[in-house]
Amino acid sequence: MGDVLSVVTSLIAGSIRVSIPIAFAALGGTLSERSGIINMGLEGTMLMGAFFGVVGAYYTQSAWLGLLVAMMAGALCGLLHAVLTIRFKCEHVLAGVGINVLASGLTVVLLQMIFNAKGKSCEVASFDMITLPVINQIPVLKDILGQVSPMLILLAIAMVGVWFLLYRTVFGLRARVIGENPEAAGSMGINVYRTQYICVILCGILAAMGGAYMSIGDIHMFSRDMVAGRGFIAMAVVIFGGWHPVGAWLGSLLFGLAQSLQYRLQSGSIPPQLVQMLPYIVTLVVLVFARGSKHRAPAAEGRHYYAKGEQ
Amino acid sequence: MTQQKRISLEKLTQNTTFLSAIALILSLLVSGVVMMIAGYSPIEGYSAMFTGAFGSVDNLAQTLGTATPLIFAGLAMAFAARGGMFNIGIEGQIIAGAFPAALVGAYLQGLPWFVHIPLCFLAGMIGGGLWAMLAGFLKNKLRVSEVILTIMLNYVAQYLAEYLANYQFKAEGMLVRTETIQPSAALPALIPYSRLTTGIFVALAFAVFVWWFLSRTTPGYQMRAIAQNPYAAEAGGVNIARMNLLTMFLSGALAGMGGAVEVMGVHGYFIVNMTSGYGFDGVAIAVMGNNTPLGTVISALIFGALRAGSTSMNRMTSIPGEFIQVLQALVILFVSTPGIVRAMLRKRNFKKNDQKKGA
Repeated sequence: MGDVLSVVTSLIAGSIRVSIPIAFAALGGTLSERSGIINMGLEGTMLMGAFFGVVGAYYTQSAWLGLLVAMMAGALCGLLHAVLTIRFKCEHVLAGVGINVLASGLTVVLLQMIFNAKGKSCEVASFDMITLPVINQIPVLKDILGQVSPMLILLAIAMVGVWFLLYRTVFGLRARVIGENPEAAGSMGINVYRTQYICVILCGILAAMGGAYMSIGDIHMFSRDMVAGRGFIAMAVVIFGGWHPVGAWLGSLLFGLAQSLQYRLQSGSIPPQLVQMLPYIVTLVVLVFARGSKHRAPAAEGRHYYAKGEQ
Repeated sequence: MTQQKRISLEKLTQNTTFLSAIALILSLLVSGVVMMIAGYSPIEGYSAMFTGAFGSVDNLAQTLGTATPLIFAGLAMAFAARGGMFNIGIEGQIIAGAFPAALVGAYLQGLPWFVHIPLCFLAGMIGGGLWAMLAGFLKNKLRVSEVILTIMLNYVAQYLAEYLANYQFKAEGMLVRTETIQPSAALPALIPYSRLTTGIFVALAFAVFVWWFLSRTTPGYQMRAIAQNPYAAEAGGVNIARMNLLTMFLSGALAGMGGAVEVMGVHGYFIVNMTSGYGFDGVAIAVMGNNTPLGTVISALIFGALRAGSTSMNRMTSIPGEFIQVLQALVILFVSTPGIVRAMLRKRNFKKNDQKKGA
């Protein structure tokens, strides 16, 4: 009995850990899509975050400063996406694809330049687990949440923050109106572009934090193309999370579960290739079942808005 | 600058070929700057690239051979785009076409080449087509963007093929690959020991087919109508769900042909990771070719040269070949954002005007 319990607790603990990067990116994606901008570049932004987190930690010897550098890189990616899609009316998906390809190439080129290596960086300063005071005393719970990465706490703050921003502030209300009908928002005197810029840049910062968790929060180094589709999974999570921050977090946990099951199964007799397929199959299956939900995409998502006087 | 000249410049920026050319030049310039910042010499890099792409008959063959699957990938993306679909799953569809083509090529024996080769093509087209159609089907059912569906299917195709090549269909030896195809299924090389095979003629023939289909057939017309305005098309009696399936099937079939030609011409078997990055190359190529068949072929040739050149740049200089990805990303961004090029040209105009006024 005790055995089963320890398997379950370690599975849950693993799921939470694995869900962190996807959850950060999905929160960002939720914010951006709520304001009407599809961010396909989540994948590349996460990769940049993972890389610049390591670069920052390498030069400053501090994981926290590494995270800050990652966030700045993420803000830049967000700004790039915003300028392309909002200012220059680039097709949202194409801008995202461009950012992804750029990140994939640029990180390898810079890896060569800074670490003189093709595949991996060296090990750098990383986040240590912290012990949570009260929870550490509660029996079963302490095995799950007794010792956590500080980035899990940041994630919790980010989730509450995004929820508060979207549903409890004037800014969030405006962003949601813009996502549904930017023309109406514009005629009400809302600054559509500024709101969208802020949402997309925040999205970049959040996605980069997710990427940074993968490198300096988990394996202490960067390895090329380490994000491996998690940004795309985060986009799917945004959809079946119903474009809501709490939904995004719950959806990410589901993926965490699929992925930590994957790690467990990998030691078994099932061929590893089939096990590696699991998260992607789960995404497709969940999308099939999420079909009945009442949520729908923001009406103006992916569309271009022209302010008065623009052609 | 006179008023007239300015107007003609405005007009020029409406011309998509001109914009693509400017975007390519800009991308080369900007990635040259990136090279410089990274501490390499762009002149050395680009000249190594140029030699690698065009320096000798063998290099030229390498360029054309590399361009062959890229033509298919670009056509697949362009075809879907003309039908109003974003097919980002070309990579998976190439795999879904390459694998069955490799099996048909290896296990059907005793056929003459003029039967065997078309059968392999057919296997590739059906494999890639059905894989893409699955995304189209799910899109119709779920009303979820095909972008996310095709991307997920990319990963599924990749791992599924890896699994099959590791277990059921593994050939003897160290490599994770399928059995070698029969000689009757092989596409002959035009230049011995190069990637350039008769596959390039097949690719060009398919480009002509795409042009004919889009501009001369009823389904082609309906497809374009959906892309322009789905509501109007529906009101005009077009069955959008069915057309989406057809668009995705044919787009996937084109991608699958790319996989089949790569197996039958270059490798002789399916091997894991043989298609790395072709899918996103296809996106860049179609965007740069403005989604037309001719434009796609021309940009695929340019990308073939860049890819072939970057391999030799990687070998001859210390510059990592991944620079090609930076360049490729810039091409996607610049071409799909004509506003940037227009804004730059306009600014230059204003500056010149100001200087005139000052003088």
